[in-house]
Amino acid sequence: MYTAAVFLPLIGSFIAGILTFAGGVANEKTKKKIDRGSQLATVGAMLLAAVAATFAFIDIVVHANTGNVELFTWVSSGTLEFSWALRGDTLALVMLLMVTWISSMIHIYSIGYMSHDKSIPRFMAYLSLFTFFMLMLVTSNNLVQLFFGWEGVGLASYLLIGFWYEKQSACAAAIKAFVVNRVGDFGFVLGIFATFVLFDSISFDTIFGLAEDKSQATMSVFGGDFHALTVICLMLFVGAMGKSAQLGLHTWLPDAMEGPTPVSALIHAATMVTAGVFMVARLSPLFEYSDTALTVVTVVGGSTAIFAATVGCVQNDIKRVIAYSTCSQLGYMFFALGVSAYSAGVFHLVTHAFFKALLFLGAGSVIHAMSDEQDMRNMGGLWRLIPVTYVLMWIGSLALAGVWPFSGFYSKDTILESAWGAGTEVGYYAFWMGIGAAFLTAFYSWRLLIMTFHGESRADEVTLAHVHESPKVMILPLIFLAMGALFVGFLTFDFFVGQHTKSFWGNSLLILDSHPALENAHQSPLWVILLPSVAGVSGITLAYLMYMLAPDLPAALASGFQRTYRFLLNKWYFDELYDRIFVRPCFLLGHGFWKSGDGALIDGVGPDGVASAVRDIARRASALQSGFLYHYAFAMLLGVAALITWFLVARG
Amino acid sequence: MPETAFPNLIPALPEIFLAVAAMLLLMIGVFSREELAARTAGYGSVIVLIVAIVFVGLVAEGRVLTFGGAFVTDPFAVFVKVMTLIAAAAAILMSRSYLEDHKINRFEFPVLVLLAALGMLMMVSANDLIALYLGLELQSLALYVIASFQRDSTRSAEAGLKYFVLGAVASGLLLYGMTLVYGFSGTTNFDVLEKLFADSNAGAPVGVIVGVVFIIAGLAFKISAVPFHMWTPDVYEGAPTPVTALLAVAPKIAAMGLFIRVMTGPFGDLSGQWQQIIIFISIASMVLGAFAAINQKNIKRLMAYSSIGHMGYALIGLAVAGQTGSPAVQSDGLHGMLVYLAIYMVMNLGTFACILLMKKDGRMMEDINDLAGLSKTNPALAAVLTIFMFSMAGIPPLAGFLGKLYVFQSAIQAELFGLAIIGVLASVVGAFYYLRIVKVMYFDQPEDGLDGPISFEMKSILGVMGVVILLFIFLPGPLLSGAEAASAALLPG
Repeated sequence: MYTAAVFLPLIGSFIAGILTFAGGVANEKTKKKIDRGSQLATVGAMLLAAVAATFAFIDIVVHANTGNVELFTWVSSGTLEFSWALRGDTLALVMLLMVTWISSMIHIYSIGYMSHDKSIPRFMAYLSLFTFFMLMLVTSNNLVQLFFGWEGVGLASYLLIGFWYEKQSACAAAIKAFVVNRVGDFGFVLGIFATFVLFDSISFDTIFGLAEDKSQATMSVFGGDFHALTVICLMLFVGAMGKSAQLGLHTWLPDAMEGPTPVSALIHAATMVTAGVFMVARLSPLFEYSDTALTVVTVVGGSTAIFAATVGCVQNDIKRVIAYSTCSQLGYMFFALGVSAYSAGVFHLVTHAFFKALLFLGAGSVIHAMSDEQDMRNMGGLWRLIPVTYVLMWIGSLALAGVWPFSGFYSKDTILESAWGAGTEVGYYAFWMGIGAAFLTAFYSWRLLIMTFHGESRADEVTLAHVHESPKVMILPLIFLAMGALFVGFLTFDFFVGQHTKSFWGNSLLILDSHPALENAHQSPLWVILLPSVAGVSGITLAYLMYMLAPDLPAALASGFQRTYRFLLNKWYFDELYDRIFVRPCFLLGHGFWKSGDGALIDGVGPDGVASAVRDIARRASALQSGFLYHYAFAMLLGVAALITWFLVARG
Repeated sequence: MPETAFPNLIPALPEIFLAVAAMLLLMIGVFSREELAARTAGYGSVIVLIVAIVFVGLVAEGRVLTFGGAFVTDPFAVFVKVMTLIAAAAAILMSRSYLEDHKINRFEFPVLVLLAALGMLMMVSANDLIALYLGLELQSLALYVIASFQRDSTRSAEAGLKYFVLGAVASGLLLYGMTLVYGFSGTTNFDVLEKLFADSNAGAPVGVIVGVVFIIAGLAFKISAVPFHMWTPDVYEGAPTPVTALLAVAPKIAAMGLFIRVMTGPFGDLSGQWQQIIIFISIASMVLGAFAAINQKNIKRLMAYSSIGHMGYALIGLAVAGQTGSPAVQSDGLHGMLVYLAIYMVMNLGTFACILLMKKDGRMMEDINDLAGLSKTNPALAAVLTIFMFSMAGIPPLAGFLGKLYVFQSAIQAELFGLAIIGVLASVVGAFYYLRIVKVMYFDQPEDGLDGPISFEMKSILGVMGVVILLFIFLPGPLLSGAEAASAALLPG
């Protein structure tokens, strides 16, 4: 079951991939059939995988059967030995279940959303491939297999973000995502190397078993001795920052909106960005022994949460608003991990997956209805025209804002309470950042809702005339996700973070007794419990006031606080900063190497230089041939004279 | 040995047969109608050359001396003679249509080729400085005449004259060297000279050394090695194309044979002295042949530089043979050189056959650009010429590659690394102009096609040469074992 759940998407992707090549030569009618075939194959495989994952979950988690699956030996070289294997513990199975189901919904939704696209099989193949790599990542039993899935996800995201490769901006976004992720991956690779140096193994079972013994070990880096586990964890965390778009390495995430909307949903909800969170949770037995690393994780998470929320407040592109909200929510997950509330982080990961997928696909439904318009300033008053989408977006926003009894409420509150419960300075920092972010989250969510669905319509008449509710194939997955956004938090709270948490997670997460954040969370003071909800409600109220009752106020504020507004609109100038510091010097350096290094030096001295030298010598050599007899005779005599002289001198 | 004893004529049977046949054809030519005479002489001479090859094969039986030790036949002589005779026969076969087109199809042409071939055979079998000179002059005089055979053409006359005057200078140098050697050693016989230098511990006197240098210069002229090569491009360009085809192959092979015999025989023990010179000549020839050819537009001039370069590669073998100390390596050098010469012969005959087909509206074309688009107008011819060009450039798996491989390998074994490296570099440069011809044929826009159809003789020559070059790698045995025996015959032990 377990194996089937992981590999079915690969098979679906493979079939669709082959159909892609067949589609190139087919005529209109067979192309339709091929499109249909690829959709059936991938969606069918995906749904089967989801069902298989459900059974595997019941088998392994509920009935507590052993679930490790050894596929075959991958590398056996010296002391480095590891296999392709599936790790059967609660964390892997939770992720498996979540990824397969959400991905299935996105697959189904894509049938409708991409129906007018000209390369459907290619899209479906990429989508399934993306899912497969994510499954590989979450089920791996060693760091290298994890890295395989990690890189595979990076590859698939590159292909999908640049899916409409005729668009200049899509290509640029795809490259940006790939390059920024490379930076993180470099840290990840170094972390894997360091792990092998310290533990002489990269299998989870071995390193987790040895972690306690090695908790005092040191490692020499750049001449200084550092706490080994801190070094390893920080390196690995750099990888997680890249994948999960944490502050500093977040710049690719908003640009990734260039891909088709189902891709955005997949990247933001189920796969890719959650990989970093998953990885830290998976490696909790290492992180637990490094307080420094945990502190860094908390600070980065808290800062990202507030940063992304502020930027989200002023964006006008409907997908970008949601993108920054993802970034912000990932910040929550990270500071939950940072205060050792791993289960809370994963809990939020799962609930977030549902409502974020819902929001994205809902936004996709809006965009679909508006004939590919994404700017909220050109929307408004849509709620009458697309009521189902409207309701679904409300559910998603309520869950995101953390309003009771939606899923987001349970997970977000647990995280904030844990941050408070950690009782450390960084914990408090994260808590207040989280409260601020909660307020802003509610604000921009309702800003989005109001700008899109309420007020006077600002769209042109042609667009407006075409506005229509999305087909069933798009709406049904949304309803499924909405159910998730409504009930998942309430239903699973006890297992993830409530009273059954210990027995539910088994030994897949490790929390030392010195890190009691989650236990303290359940005994938080009343104001800590109420504050997030208060913040959320006041955010909603403020948005309602500003955009519903006094629609001129935002513009007045923007012009009144020109600087702040620009600062936020330009995303704290991160892109500009990176452009100055990294991109442009790199271009200059590259240009320099190209023109002077390669062009002038290597080509000039190498191929071109040799060629022109040969031509020059050739001209001189043929110029020797004057055609005059006496020149020739003279040359012969000269030759003899020279040879004899040489001979006599050499003979000495 | 009494002075009056009648010499043993059997070893010289091929030469005697050639001489008699040449004179007979001359008589027939003189006393019959012009057209008939030309045809008789043409086909007759080819038959005579083939019969001569048979005779060469018949008399091949170890090392036999005759004419008072001045004439020798051995496996080496047999090997070189067979190559020379094949080259001469092929040249005559190729010449017919050219001569007819230019209205110079006279019976003297084949007869002169026969006489030149006779001279070459005598060169190869010479075992005495006087015999050497006789053979050399006989072939040279015959070649001077046919170089200017197209009397109406100033270019042909100029070529003949240049060849003659410079040839005379070279002859003078050779003769001068021979007198020096005789003056300081008291003999002209190779065997006696060899024994003399082998026995003397003090080494050869200066006079002999100077004499050897002069002899090298004279012989280097014949194989057109740098710096005695200057006549080659002018004469190749000016001479009628079939004559160029002859000049490029037969005399080169014969002179190389003579060169080898002189250097490894009588002066073999002086190799410490002459090896440096051969290395220098070899390098200079390879480099000049590679570079100077690049600028050529006339394909015959290009072939002249190409043959200068090829002689340089072949001389690597001789330089290796001068490496004292290891007979096995020396033998490898000679072996490689002989194989190289044989392959050179095949490639060049094939290429010249192609050049002789470069005809448009009845006129000969010599510009490389006239080959433009040949792959479209005459794909078969273009394919064959491509094979020859690739082979000349030394591209595997063609024969030319193996030839170069053998000589370079022997140079490596003899630890003459500089020679091998420069040789490889030169062949890289040289590849440029061979490949340019291929490029012109395949990638340039065709103008008017060449005249057809191709005669049977040409077709068979092209076919045979092309197949040999292509398939040599599968069946190198006969050539290799022949060259093995030939090189073994020269070296002591």
